[in-house]
Amino acid sequence: METMEPILAAHPFCKGLEPRYLKLILACASRETFTPGRFLCRDNEEARKFYLIHHGRVAVEIYRARRGALTIQTIGEGEVLGWLWFDQPYHWHLDARALDLTRVISLDVQCLLNKCNQDHDFGYELMRRYAHYLAVQFRVTKVQLADFYGD
Amino acid sequence: MTANLPDPMIPTPFVVQKVKRETSDTYTLDLTRADGATNFAFAPGQFNMLYAFGAGEAPISISGDPGRTGTLVHTVRDVGNVTRAICRLKKGEMLGVRGPFGVPWPVDRVAGEDVLMIAGGLGLAPLRPALYHLLNHRGEFGNIEVIYGARTPKDLLYPKELELWRGRFDLRVHVTVDSAENNWHSNVGVVTKIIARARFDPPSTVALICGPGVMMRFTVLELMSQGLTPSQIYVSMERNMKCGIGLCGHCQWGPFFVCKDGPVFRYDRIKDWFDRREV
Repeated sequence: METMEPILAAHPFCKGLEPRYLKLILACASRETFTPGRFLCRDNEEARKFYLIHHGRVAVEIYRARRGALTIQTIGEGEVLGWLWFDQPYHWHLDARALDLTRVISLDVQCLLNKCNQDHDFGYELMRRYAHYLAVQFRVTKVQLADFYGD
Repeated sequence: MTANLPDPMIPTPFVVQKVKRETSDTYTLDLTRADGATNFAFAPGQFNMLYAFGAGEAPISISGDPGRTGTLVHTVRDVGNVTRAICRLKKGEMLGVRGPFGVPWPVDRVAGEDVLMIAGGLGLAPLRPALYHLLNHRGEFGNIEVIYGARTPKDLLYPKELELWRGRFDLRVHVTVDSAENNWHSNVGVVTKIIARARFDPPSTVALICGPGVMMRFTVLELMSQGLTPSQIYVSMERNMKCGIGLCGHCQWGPFFVCKDGPVFRYDRIKDWFDRREV
């Protein structure tokens, strides 16, 4: 726990968070390492974890029958994986595979949801950050759909 | 800007020395003067009018090393009759060249600065001479970050050179594509997302951007959100250049003639025109 706190505090998702809220998140957190090629999540699996990446890179993929996996995004240090953990049906919709040795702090979704329900101020703060990341993700997706390099 | 040639309207004959296929529709041509002269000086960001005999002229940015004046290098995408004729030229065949024309990248005025070069698609071609210049004078600049995006890995220009640049310790190169098969090990996502990962000191940075309009628009917004001011951002505009010297008016863009006042513009000079749809 002692070594995880500074990593968590420095991660952009948690930056500036009140210490008491950081402690609530820490109670749901664990460290994980994924070797290259290992999946952090698979399509249709239950979304039990929300990942804060602090080292390495992850490919987010869609699997296409007969054509294999298509990478639609890569995410790295300071970014998060698992946007839909806050919303039902709490299932992954994509595959995510480590490209490099990847170290993450994984947050137990059920544990986080319980804490949000017990402390609505904490829930609001988490939702505010979640909404920001969702808005950024939405903007990036729109730009990607615009066929950036098309003319 | 036209000191090499006596009359800017008369093409000089050049011979194709090499044609290299870059992508499915894009080719790089190495040209030398037919009279054997080796003094074709240009500044990074300038363009030439290339004349495919019997087909017509097209404005094409110079994509070679400004330190090597003996060979003129152009990267051309086959998008119309003239460019198709240029792309189909073979070694030993000839074409006409007028130029160089236009305002270059400000590489000789930004010593001491960090330099961000952001290219999309074919936009790496006009930026490549600027990068050669920076690398030829590496000690004069701070951090150099190259961010290059394309649709897919197959659409990337100069892949071998990108690998060489990525191997250097005095330069950071970020390559990203919109989507890729899973044998691709670099980034997937838009160039704007990579900007946040670049290392630069905003007050001492200059950004050079070249790519399609929508890419440049979002890139400018992202750079300004990272602390750059409009006067620190340069963009290369594309327009229908014809004469190359600001006489014919084909490339007029508001109060500017892109061939003469551009193609490289400092963003604060053109920001009022940048997003206008009717011009």
